[in-house]
Amino acid sequence: MALDNTPKRVFKVVGTRPPRPDGIDKVTGRALYGADVSAPGMLTAHILRSPHAHAEIVSIDTSAAEALSGVKAVVTAKDFAPQDDDFLMDVLDNCMARDKVLYDGHAVVAVAATNSAIAKAALKLIKVTYKALPHVTDVDAAMTLDAPVVQEGRSLETVPEGMSQNVTSHCEFGHGDLDAGFQKADVVVERSFTTAATHQGYIEPHACLASMTADGKADLWCCTQGQYNVRDLCSAALGMEGSQLRVTASEIGGGFGGKTTVFIEPVALALSRKAGRPVKIVMSRDEVFRATGPTVSSSIDVKIGMTRDGRITAGEAHLRYSGGAFPCGTVDMGAQAAFAAYDLQAVRTLGYNALTNRPKEAAYRAPGAPQAIYAVESVVDELCQQLGLDPLEVRLKNAARKGTRSSYGPTFEDIGLVATLEAAKAHPHYSAPLAEGQGRGLSAGFWFNFGGNTCVTLNVNTDGTVGVTEGNPDIGGSRAAISQMAAEELGIPYDKIRTIIADTSALGHNDVTDGSRVTFSVGLATIKAAQDAIAKMCSRAAQIWGIDEEAVVWKDGAAEPAGPNAGKFPPMSLAEIAAVSFNTGGPIAGHHEFNADGAGVSFGVHLVDVEVDKETGATKVLRYTVFQDAGKAVHPSYVEGQMQGGAVQGIGWALNEEYIYGEDGRLQNPGFLDYRVPVASDLPPIETVILEIPNPGHPYGVRGVGETPIVPPLAALSNAVSRAIGTRMSSLPMSPPRILKALSKG
Amino acid sequence: MRFAQPRTTEEAAGLIAQEAGLTRILSGGTDVMVQLKSGLVEPDLIVDIKHIPGLRAITPEDGGFRIGAAVSGAELGEHEGVRALWPGVVEGVELIGSTQVQGRATMAGNLCNGSPAADAVPGLVAANAIARIMGPDGERDCPVAEIPVGPGKTTLAKAEFLTSIFLPARPDRSGDAYLRFIPRTEMDIAVAAAAVSLTLDAAGTVTAARVALGAVAPTIRLVPAAADAILGAKLDDAAIAALMEACSAACNPIDDKRGTIEFRTQVAGVLAKRAALIAYSRAGGTV
Repeated sequence: MALDNTPKRVFKVVGTRPPRPDGIDKVTGRALYGADVSAPGMLTAHILRSPHAHAEIVSIDTSAAEALSGVKAVVTAKDFAPQDDDFLMDVLDNCMARDKVLYDGHAVVAVAATNSAIAKAALKLIKVTYKALPHVTDVDAAMTLDAPVVQEGRSLETVPEGMSQNVTSHCEFGHGDLDAGFQKADVVVERSFTTAATHQGYIEPHACLASMTADGKADLWCCTQGQYNVRDLCSAALGMEGSQLRVTASEIGGGFGGKTTVFIEPVALALSRKAGRPVKIVMSRDEVFRATGPTVSSSIDVKIGMTRDGRITAGEAHLRYSGGAFPCGTVDMGAQAAFAAYDLQAVRTLGYNALTNRPKEAAYRAPGAPQAIYAVESVVDELCQQLGLDPLEVRLKNAARKGTRSSYGPTFEDIGLVATLEAAKAHPHYSAPLAEGQGRGLSAGFWFNFGGNTCVTLNVNTDGTVGVTEGNPDIGGSRAAISQMAAEELGIPYDKIRTIIADTSALGHNDVTDGSRVTFSVGLATIKAAQDAIAKMCSRAAQIWGIDEEAVVWKDGAAEPAGPNAGKFPPMSLAEIAAVSFNTGGPIAGHHEFNADGAGVSFGVHLVDVEVDKETGATKVLRYTVFQDAGKAVHPSYVEGQMQGGAVQGIGWALNEEYIYGEDGRLQNPGFLDYRVPVASDLPPIETVILEIPNPGHPYGVRGVGETPIVPPLAALSNAVSRAIGTRMSSLPMSPPRILKALSKG
Repeated sequence: MRFAQPRTTEEAAGLIAQEAGLTRILSGGTDVMVQLKSGLVEPDLIVDIKHIPGLRAITPEDGGFRIGAAVSGAELGEHEGVRALWPGVVEGVELIGSTQVQGRATMAGNLCNGSPAADAVPGLVAANAIARIMGPDGERDCPVAEIPVGPGKTTLAKAEFLTSIFLPARPDRSGDAYLRFIPRTEMDIAVAAAAVSLTLDAAGTVTAARVALGAVAPTIRLVPAAADAILGAKLDDAAIAALMEACSAACNPIDDKRGTIEFRTQVAGVLAKRAALIAYSRAGGTV
């Protein structure tokens, strides 16, 4: 499907699969991750964390720790600047508890010492007196009026009167007459669901090295999805000016949204400021689970009405999310995304966020959407079963398309949902026979995608090569994609270009690597920076030829006269123009900065076959196929990797991953043994089908692809398991004990 | 923390007996190193026994095999003789950890770690394996079944350590099998487990049987009632049902993050059934 108004572009580099620029470093162990940076005189720090789910900090005595030989600095919340802004104060309070500890694992004191053993020994000498408070870790329990209040006075004006103080925000989306819609339905299904909090599960724990000098200048190296965000948050926390803090992002061992904030970075800076020496902090896995991430836990009611022929007449969802001990807006995105795949006359979603004594939610791939869409797609599947309808046909019949007024307000432009559903319908997977005990599940999924603030410089080197300087850590292959787009626009080979990720002093602000924004926005800025450099190179050629700038065009990597009337000169290649640039005005660089708009939403459809062992409740995933609209796949291998990776994380979420809290409010499974992400042998090959319905907001048609693929797996798996066992599952994860229990209830 | 690498069992026993502080015996180290790293224990003395001559040997003895305490899972798995005689024991050992862990982890260490979910132990108990224990007063032999007493606890005295485990000879038409349930397919810890060892007569009737369960009680548990359920039978439906019932009745599990009481009790019976059918087939029987 081509754009309506532009001829289909023939790409030379975009759409090919060159080797990834970070591949050799990563497989040979040379890549420098957060924990790999060291400095002379460096100290090592460890953090004392709360053993309580909820407690008042009565006193902290650090004198014995400070007296221990080798201890160079101790910091508590008192060592940070108070914040006027609630958001900043929450980030900081999460890094270091102020008056209360709000969850098991909440940081209380940090110690920097000459080595790790001394720092750990010092932690044991610290005396913290707590007054334990009642706690609540379940979202529904937290919303009851007699629940312990996690933080007082945090409710926004949007929260209806009479609710628990734990409810911090409320939102509502939709249109149409619900009652009239439900009356038109032949069948109405209403069901409640829960999903557990899950962790992003990145392989690399948070790590940083901070170095502050006596005159207040600081450098910070850390693994993050956004060095500018780290700079802004840390400089506020330390009371510094932004210019005095330079943040360099390391190579990153996975983020998935979880590295879009700070945990240890302000602490390392404060320790370095106090000790006058560089300070390194590396989190243990236990700390990562207890004090970073996870996603929200949720409790959701969905009601949908359908006619006998499969037309949805009305849809309603009540979403209750908890983003842990701090206010969290993720439920807004769930409430907006819940029914996005459907063209509905009547739809309403209501969302509430409630505080619980759990770690502060961090973004996780399409935050808020997987939970909401799981609930909606489960009910749609149940309606299809009750009415004996094909679940793909029903989704096609109700699919959102160009011109649909979306359930969250805007009217859709060119979107790929119908094409994606049609691709799934035509695929051999959909018609493959199933054996006894097996079930097939289907789910559509959606994510908004984001553009955002972006700043890119493209330097033309005198040897005819090009350096692209951008400011977004590469978590999904963006360096390759950006080099490809620069090569495409400039008309030079991919291997003439190297893209690097700059520190915060090298470029203007770049928003964090989130919202599937980088290939879209940084790519677009790179194309525009290339166009800027091309204009300058054309100008240099015009100067050499003695003709007007307007009479020079750029074609296949070279400047040439626009036509016979412009003059008869042989084309001058990028390399030729660059080689003489010192004589024509100096170095040549292109630049672009903007707040990108037009990201273009993305839809995906997942198909999965499972087999359930009815004696043990174990689910085996037999076959999995992902269909997704990528707009234009710049580097198809990376796009496939995103689609597969999202499916895998979704399979883990659906089947086994969960934060398990004990009666004491402490996390029971802060490690990969009992927090069960799938291992390779748990998974079938995941087949991918890339659809390309160009995004009108990008010259190559690019849409973000990183988040959409984690949205459909939850419902796809739940629908498959429910069909396999003949009982509707409504709680995630569908761990073997839960499935066996559902089977015994019949 | 001190580290010793003795060359004889007597030297090792002496070092341990003389140590006033906390001691840890290191063989493969797949439990000890993890405990050290996580700060769970801070021993004063670590005694590495794997360089003692003989402790890494697998030796034929009286028709069975003596397995040195420092023989790794990978070495055991590559031993054709042990595989042929006690396949259920070997498959239990091979389920411990990953390929990398298999290169270090030992059957004896798995036993001494005292976990109710130890994968090597139910097979050893079903096999009626005998542990050889070295201590200050010399060597003694003890059935494996009598070693675990609770999570992390064994009947070994302070200065005692295992030097080998003896897997006995067995009659023709014998077979054993081990199965565990884990929510994943590997790299996990048993939520319930069952090992069955049995011997058949020419007609396929079970003439001897031992059934052991893992992860469903504070210790690995030998279940004589489950063995009785299949003795004299040909694993017909009634015998299987009785076996499952006896296994579930023998369970005394906990509710925890890995599984519920209800789940463990039910699945233990299922695993015992499936293990019995595999053992029966390995013994040459056809159901």
